[in-house]
This record gives sequence, C-alpha cells and structure tokens, in this order.
Amino acid sequence: MAKRLAVVDAERCVGCQVCMFACARWQGAGGVGRTRIGIRSVGGMKHGFIVVVCRGCEDPPCARVCPVDALKLRKGGGVLLNQSICIGCGNCQKACTLGAIYWDEDAGKPLICIHCGTCAEYCPHGVLALEEHPVGEGVPNVG
Amino acid sequence: MSAELLAKVLIIDLTKKSYEIADRPDIFDPGLGGAHAAIRLLTEEVPEGADPLGPENAIVLAVGPLTCLFPLASKTVAMFKSPLTGDLGESHAGGRSAIAIRHAGYGAIVIRGKSELPVYLVIDGPKVEFRDASAIWGMTRASTSANIVRGKETGAGLRTIMRIGRAGERLVRYASVTTETYRHFGRMGLGAVFGSKGLKAIHVPGRRTVDVADPKQYREVYDEIHNAAANSDLMKKYHDIGTAINVSHLHEMGGLPAKNLQTTRYEGAEALFGEHLAENYLGRRLACGHCPVACIHIAAHRQPYVDEPYFYKTSMISYDYELLYSLGTMLGVADTPGYLRVTAAIEDCGLDAMTAGCVLAWATEALEKGLISTDDTMGLKLAWGDCDTYIEAIGMICEQRNEFYQTLALGSADAAAKYGGEEFMFAFNKTEMAGYHTGPATYVNNITGARHSHLDSAGYSFDQKAKPEERTPGIMAQKLISEERWRQILSSLVVCFFARGVYKGDVVLKALACAGVELTDDDLTRLGTETLAAKHRFKMREGFSFEDYTLPKRIFETPALGETIQESDIREAVAEFARLANEAL
Repeated sequence: MAKRLAVVDAERCVGCQVCMFACARWQGAGGVGRTRIGIRSVGGMKHGFIVVVCRGCEDPPCARVCPVDALKLRKGGGVLLNQSICIGCGNCQKACTLGAIYWDEDAGKPLICIHCGTCAEYCPHGVLALEEHPVGEGVPNVG
Repeated sequence: MSAELLAKVLIIDLTKKSYEIADRPDIFDPGLGGAHAAIRLLTEEVPEGADPLGPENAIVLAVGPLTCLFPLASKTVAMFKSPLTGDLGESHAGGRSAIAIRHAGYGAIVIRGKSELPVYLVIDGPKVEFRDASAIWGMTRASTSANIVRGKETGAGLRTIMRIGRAGERLVRYASVTTETYRHFGRMGLGAVFGSKGLKAIHVPGRRTVDVADPKQYREVYDEIHNAAANSDLMKKYHDIGTAINVSHLHEMGGLPAKNLQTTRYEGAEALFGEHLAENYLGRRLACGHCPVACIHIAAHRQPYVDEPYFYKTSMISYDYELLYSLGTMLGVADTPGYLRVTAAIEDCGLDAMTAGCVLAWATEALEKGLISTDDTMGLKLAWGDCDTYIEAIGMICEQRNEFYQTLALGSADAAAKYGGEEFMFAFNKTEMAGYHTGPATYVNNITGARHSHLDSAGYSFDQKAKPEERTPGIMAQKLISEERWRQILSSLVVCFFARGVYKGDVVLKALACAGVELTDDDLTRLGTETLAAKHRFKMREGFSFEDYTLPKRIFETPALGETIQESDIREAVAEFARLANEAL
C-alpha cells in the first residue's frame, strides 16, 4: 500500500524547519525556495507551530480545478503533477483548503508534496512520519 | 551548476529613506561572511571617532556562506560602534534572522543615518520599504510592537522580525535587539543604536533557492553534519536541560558568581537549577531556523490575578544559563517564579540581561555599603532576592527617572566611577562579565576578548580543563588567542558555537566546497588571525588598549573553584596576549 505523510504530533515541533530544507535539498538545492512543506508559528513563537503540508485528500480540490488535467490522483492519496502540461495558472494553489500548495517562483509551477517521506527522515523530534493509510481512512494530521 | 557565492550588500540610508544593492564580492573574498565581512564593512562605514549614537554610526548585519545550506549555520553577526564601550560592538543572534537575510538575497545589510520619524523596515527581496513606526514607539511591552508588525506584514514562517523595546528607544547603553521573541543581539548596546536611528524594527521575509556546486556531494556532506549534530552528546546536553544545566554544575564546583560575587554558593540557589526548571516549568523547546538541536527552553509560568479568583495569566519565558546567573544568582534570587518575573521585565523593556543583572547587583551592594542611599534609588530598597524591587528598578533604569538611574543606564563601570565600589564592579572594558568565576583564564578572556565575552576565547573552559603543566600565563595566553582566532572562522561562517565540536576544520572545508568556496586548512588559520587583527585594529582606532584595565579586588577574595586567583597570573597572561595580538596587526 502506498504510504502517506502524517503529521503525528505538531506539539512536538520546535520550529527548526529542518523538514523544509530537507524537501528542497532532495530537489537538488539549498534554501527553501522549492519546499513542499511549511512550518509556521501559531501567532508567534510562544504558542508553538503548525505543519502545512498535503494531507493526501481522497477527492482533492486541487485536481478538480486543474484546467489541463495536470494533477492525477496518486495511488494511496494525494496528487502527482505532470509538469510538462501544467500551464502555471495557480488554480490548484487557490483551491487547496490547507494552503499546502507552494509555488516555485523560478519555474512558475506549483510545488506539491509527493509523500516521499524525506522530510520525516530528517525531522529530529518525531513530528512527521510516512505511514500506510488506506484511502478513505483519515491520515493523522494533528496540528 | 555553480554555487551561489555571497556578494550582495544591501545599504539602507535612514536619513534619506533610500537604499541601494551593492555588488561587493570583495567584502566576502575569499568566501567568508559573518565577522570577516562585517568588520570590513564596519571599518569602511564608520569614521574614526564617530558618535555611537549619532547618524554616522552604522549597523552591519552579516550572514555566512553556509547559511541556508547547512544546519547550525544560522547566526547573524551584528557589528556597530558600541555605545557601551565606545569601540567595537559585536553581537550575534540566531532565530530566523540569518536565514531570512540570505533568503532575501543578501550576504550583508548596512544601515546608515538616522530617521527623524520612528520607522520600521520591510526588506522584501530587492525592495525596501520604510514604514511609519510612531504608533508602536513607546510601548512598554516590546513584544506587543512585534505582534503588530507580524500581523500587518506577510511572510509567516519565513521571516525574521528584529525589534527593540523601550530601553533601546531611551538609549540605555545596554539595550538589546530581540529577534523571534526569544533570541537576542543582547550585548554591547545594539538596541540603543537602533533607538538612536529611530529604527524600531526590521521585518525580513524570504523564500528562495540557493544553488550548490554539486547536489549529490552536498547531500552527502549535509548528512554527515546533520547526523553528527543530531546524535552527538554535546547536542543532547543543549537540548535536554539546555545551558541551564550549568547552574548546578558551577554551584557544585564553586564557580557560580552569586550576590555580586560575595559568594559562589547560597541557600536557595537550587530554585535556579536547570534540572528544577526542566522538571517543574519547562513548557516548550524551540529551535533557531535550520537547527535540529532546539536549545531554546521556555518556562510556562502561571500567575494568578489578585483581583479575581481562578483568573490566571500564563507567560512563556525563555531561560538560559547566563540569565539564570545575571538575573538570578547574581541577585541572590531563591524563588523560581520571582526569577521568571524579573526575566519577563527585562524582555518587556528590551535590556541586555547580563549587563542589567550585574548593574543591579552592583547597586544592591552599593546600597548595602552606604555608597548610595534610598534617595538615589527613589525609595527602592534593593536587597538580595527581592524580585519585586528589582522589577521596579528595571523600569526605573529604562525610563531613567533621576540622575542615579541615568547613570545606571550607562552601565556599572560608569556607576562605580561616580559612586564608588569599583572593587566589586564586574565590567571589563565596560562590558559586564558572564557567569564564570572559574579561575584566572576567565578574567584574561574578559579583558582580552574582542567582545569581552566568555564566548570569545572560552577562558572558563581553560580554567576547568587545562592540564596542570599548561597552567602558566604564557600557555594560557597562547591557548586563548588560538581559540579566539579559530572562533573567528566559526563567526565568519555564522556557525553556532554550540556546534563547534561538529564543525571541525575538515568538516568546514568540505561544507565550504559545497558552497563553492575552496580553501585549505592554512587559509582558515590565516583568515582567523586576520579577522581578529582587523577587529583589534578597529578597537584600537577607537581608543581600546590592552593595557587599560582594572581588576576588582573581589575576584581575588572569593575563591574560584576553591582556589584563590593570583593577580600576577592575570596580568602576565594579558600582557602576553597583547604581545601576540600586536604581532598580528
């Protein structure tokens, strides 16, 4: 069964953003320009953090609004982007309720999590995990 | 693919409300940033004899070649002419500051001039905006002004917000700049320089790709550093209990300055032990950007309101060793909630905790000995452990209510020069000392370190770890200057000193190669020496001398780790250090 990325416990998040750098590095670069996961504070550093990443929706709004069918349902949840036909309209980004679709300013294309689990490998504090969850069954997304 | 080298310097003029982006690869040549670049920029920006609080002073903020590429390379080095010491001001802070600056596209930022109207800056990539800050000027709680900027500007999760409090606005010479609520450019008065320029805050959002030379090699070197950092004992120490672990260690060893160094142990100090805080108050840990360690420890402190039953406020207050020393043991504090409230008061007004604590400790003893009276203190009966009175005094210093508090706002050296008590005043080159009464090396470090910081050359570590045969003034001086020179490299890479055990020479060279910088071991040695010499030249140009220092008698009276410190050891080692430093000028 294909695995999906789970936010096991955002309360454990220390805001180091190592996951964001891991995601971008997996794509061959430093910085976070290409990250597909985001960590931000809940109204300042005092109150902890939230993880903003694709939750692998069963019926993803992003795919529904793509005018060129560039987003295909991924087996096990989430979507896969066909870069070559994407026209960079940004509809998917606007449609994502979670705000989990990021934007590659250099390429002019969306950045969407493919549930590879690289971020979870580098998370030092057990916030993220790549887990098996059947489509239709919720993925842990605590925060 | 070619790696992106540091090259751009953003120059902002607050007087003219103008800015330019200068292409200055020469400043970063041969590939370093941080301290190495900052001292070059500061030397060219600030004219000799400039008023530290005048428009001719400049603020330099520099990041490093490994920032945004490797973990724990997330410090920003600030340099300026210090209003506290009158020579080199240098302070480092983490948070998300360095990452945001490099993501915004810069290796360094220079801020010149002075704005008539209070402003805050928004540095959004190639665009700088000057925003009216008059409505957030004068707020008694500094975090409120940051909350307002955060709410008004965009960039959540990928930005830094640096800001000053009331102390900076009021030009207290040891006002700090706070970034991300809990990290500080604490030392040497950067907050007062911000205040003098009418600069309330700087907001920098940033999200960008930074290219490396060879992605495969980059990932390999990254994993080596990440694994070393995430799995080392050193890191475990900083994560678990944090720097606060040192309170019990130093208390046990007899090296913890307490009650203005009248002693190194006292009944009730246990309330400030890291273990006690971790077990009873630790509410959250935080990390600087791109750091797996998360050394920032936050206490959750619940206080009842007196006017209404079952009505509480819960404050999240950060604690660290140096604060537990300066605002805790140095003031004889024996209750944890009291200590946390004093810390919160310091955060609210934006003061350097270490200097403020030492100033209050001097004032407490000066009052005890009758050098000052309650007429001077406007009725405050400063006494060891009396946190409520200390909190009131912090407000008085911040607002400088009378001549006495105006003097305290200049630091303890000025206060002792005016009222006496120099034998129990612990500032070296007007910079109040860190919490280590461990032996002669810590004081040699305080006197000779370019920042007069324990982090310059780790004298406290020499005192604790040197072999018996190394304990001579000559070897001490040699070891301290070697350490300080190597730390210039770490500061020029903006690597956190907590990671000094991970970033050894070979690792540094490999990481630099990924960032497109090819250097050798010899280059690192030479560049460390050069950077320190450049800092010394700036200091001397502004009047600093290695010969010009006094030693408070108290340090020879209170045993350090059970032994009496010999004055001759300190004087000989300082002279030798000066000789070695002068050779390199």
